[in-house]
Amino acid sequence: MSLALERVTLSLASRRLLGPLDLSVAAGEVVTVMGSSGSGKSTLLAFVSGALDPAFRAGGRVRLDGRDLTGVPAERRRLGLLFQDPLLFPHLSVGENLAFGIPRGVPRRQRRARVAAALAEADMAGFETRDPATLSGGQAARAALMRVLLAEPRALLLDEPFARLDVALRARVRAFVFDHIAARGLPTLLVTHDPEDAQGTVVRLA
Amino acid sequence: MARHLPALARVFTLVLFLAPVLAGVLGTILPSLGLMPGGTQAPLGSLDTTPWRDLLGTPGLGASVGVSLRVGVLSTALSLGLALLIVAGARGTPVMAWSRRALAPLLAVPHVAVALGLAFLLAPSGWIARLLSPWATGWTLPPDVATAPDPWGLAAVLALVVKETPYLVLMLLAALPQVDADRAVRVARGLGHGPLAAWGRVVLPRVWPLIRLPVYAVLAYGLSVVDVALVLAPTTPPPLAVAVVGWLSDPEAAIRGQGAAGAVLQTLLVIAVMGVARGGEAVVARLARPWLSAGPGARDWERRLGVWGALAAALPVALLTAGAVLAMALWSIAGTWFWPAAWPSALSLETWTRHLGDVAWPLGTTVTVGLAATALAVVLAAGVLEAPRRPAADRARLAGGILYLPLLVPQVGFLYGVTVAATLAGLDGTWAAVTTGHLLFVLPYVFLTLAGPWRRLDPRWGRVAAGLGAGPGRVFWRVTLPLLLRPVLFAAAVGFAVSVAQYLPTLFLGAGVHPTLTTEAVALAAGGDRRIIGVHVFLQAALPLLGFALALAVPAWLHRDRRGMRAAEDGR
Repeated sequence: MSLALERVTLSLASRRLLGPLDLSVAAGEVVTVMGSSGSGKSTLLAFVSGALDPAFRAGGRVRLDGRDLTGVPAERRRLGLLFQDPLLFPHLSVGENLAFGIPRGVPRRQRRARVAAALAEADMAGFETRDPATLSGGQAARAALMRVLLAEPRALLLDEPFARLDVALRARVRAFVFDHIAARGLPTLLVTHDPEDAQGTVVRLA
Repeated sequence: MARHLPALARVFTLVLFLAPVLAGVLGTILPSLGLMPGGTQAPLGSLDTTPWRDLLGTPGLGASVGVSLRVGVLSTALSLGLALLIVAGARGTPVMAWSRRALAPLLAVPHVAVALGLAFLLAPSGWIARLLSPWATGWTLPPDVATAPDPWGLAAVLALVVKETPYLVLMLLAALPQVDADRAVRVARGLGHGPLAAWGRVVLPRVWPLIRLPVYAVLAYGLSVVDVALVLAPTTPPPLAVAVVGWLSDPEAAIRGQGAAGAVLQTLLVIAVMGVARGGEAVVARLARPWLSAGPGARDWERRLGVWGALAAALPVALLTAGAVLAMALWSIAGTWFWPAAWPSALSLETWTRHLGDVAWPLGTTVTVGLAATALAVVLAAGVLEAPRRPAADRARLAGGILYLPLLVPQVGFLYGVTVAATLAGLDGTWAAVTTGHLLFVLPYVFLTLAGPWRRLDPRWGRVAAGLGAGPGRVFWRVTLPLLLRPVLFAAAVGFAVSVAQYLPTLFLGAGVHPTLTTEAVALAAGGDRRIIGVHVFLQAALPLLGFALALAVPAWLHRDRRGMRAAEDGR
């Protein structure tokens, strides 16, 4: 598995925001794109994930496992997204949240088993019917990662995923996330403004 | 296909809006120049000015225009003043929380129901006179004065103020978060300004552009109101719009032509008053410039005026609405109720059992038309708001301006033309025509209620769901819609209430064969049988109230175990 950006440029109106940017992320590797706020790093992730605001113009290509993603709709790109907020759907239970991304063909009994296993892995066994609003910050962050992993992504995109966590929690959640990424060998693109969160190869934006 | 549906909905909605209004205005102008569609066509270039000469020769035309102006301008100015006083004065006090809760039920009661209720409360033989007689007034018979309707149209002004103040409060409350009003006021108060002065200096100038269209809609409505005027405005002469509706319904073509000219005059009147108001805004803005940056002169009386002023503005509005509906509900179950008793001497369900059969048909029409127009409006509004390939804020602004059109052009100014077009198409007098007519006014309100929450929905929800493999359809049904369930149902309740209250679209497009509770209530007003009117007013108020109750109860029940859905109530 690999994720590659080739000559990616982003512009708003006629103003060049970013690029041209070339980078490649190998399986199990993390590449960090660092930049201050307004440098276009979140816009870059939106472009890669296929959710670029139409106000922006983009050039270049994104390849996943060598396949060009240009024109592929967001839901078929199989790129898992993690934001600074866990964004667990507030109208669904914790279990329903985790099951949301499990591919359609999986039979019901197996879906349930996968959710249970993921919850156990996140130290939250038996949390299926819980209201996501009742989870602690660390639990919600772990549940969000598990939801992404259950969707069987081919790569991960992390948008300042630890920015909202307090210092004590941060190290633990970070370790939890990167351990899982390493275990599954997922290519991971991380954007942040915080040097402390940087991981692996670091690319700096102007 | 699913991907293109929202774009189609957008185009369809814009066409649906622009076409009837423009065609309606044109279809009104042509007959006013003697060009009756379907009639003998005069060749272009030989326009007939008889309708206009007939109109201008009508005795009392000037007085009619005068009544319209007085009712429209006075009611708008008072409503705006009260709404500003409530929102600015009650900021951060329990009065605000209380006002927010009272908004939905106040908005739910149709204009006509309030007007009919006020007609009883204020009449010489009405509830207020009864409560004070004979011990305080000395009256043993109802005094022989005209109070509702009164010769100046003040009762109509009062009814409009009672209805429009909550609407403007709602519009203000929706606009305030967009200008970060709370923090701005806190900063200004920290610099030594009193609460009202701070609000007037740092919030009003920025919030005004956001509420200008709603205020102008209130102005257009007040200048051209028909249903409330039929109940509460003077009849000799009546306001222009009432006279115009009378002419347009005349069997004689020449008088209908004069009515068309009157409808055009009504539109011109609204445009002229709006022009003056726009100029007035500029003058006020200029004169207020030095005051805006003047230093604080906080006086104690102003500090106290804030809350008490808000309370003094909000309480009468709420009490009059509640009193109007309750008084008529009481009449519907009154056995005998002689003057000056404050309470009926006997209560019975006789009126209800005797008239249930007559009410059933209009009640059914009201419900089916209301539900159909509301459902269509919600689907179209959601389609416009979901339309891809354009930033959401941009989309809402663009569509918002156009959707306001049916609210800014007076109803009599284009509904006649719409009816003529419907007649040519053989659709007049059908249920579908009535529903389409209602949709013209339901959709703007549904769209405007829904646009804010839809725009505020965090776009990351959709991105997260797409990242988990959900296509546009699944994102919409499983994520967007559940997250927006509360505002969607609230907008539907607003739409249904608007439909229940419609008078002219029902009258014109229904050709008299699809009466609703509202048209029946107005027709009964002249007869003065308070018991039957009471039945209609009660049902008219109960239907929208039921709608709002469901809109609040359903999401609360569905999400009873989801704390995050409660936190999400006030926008995200």
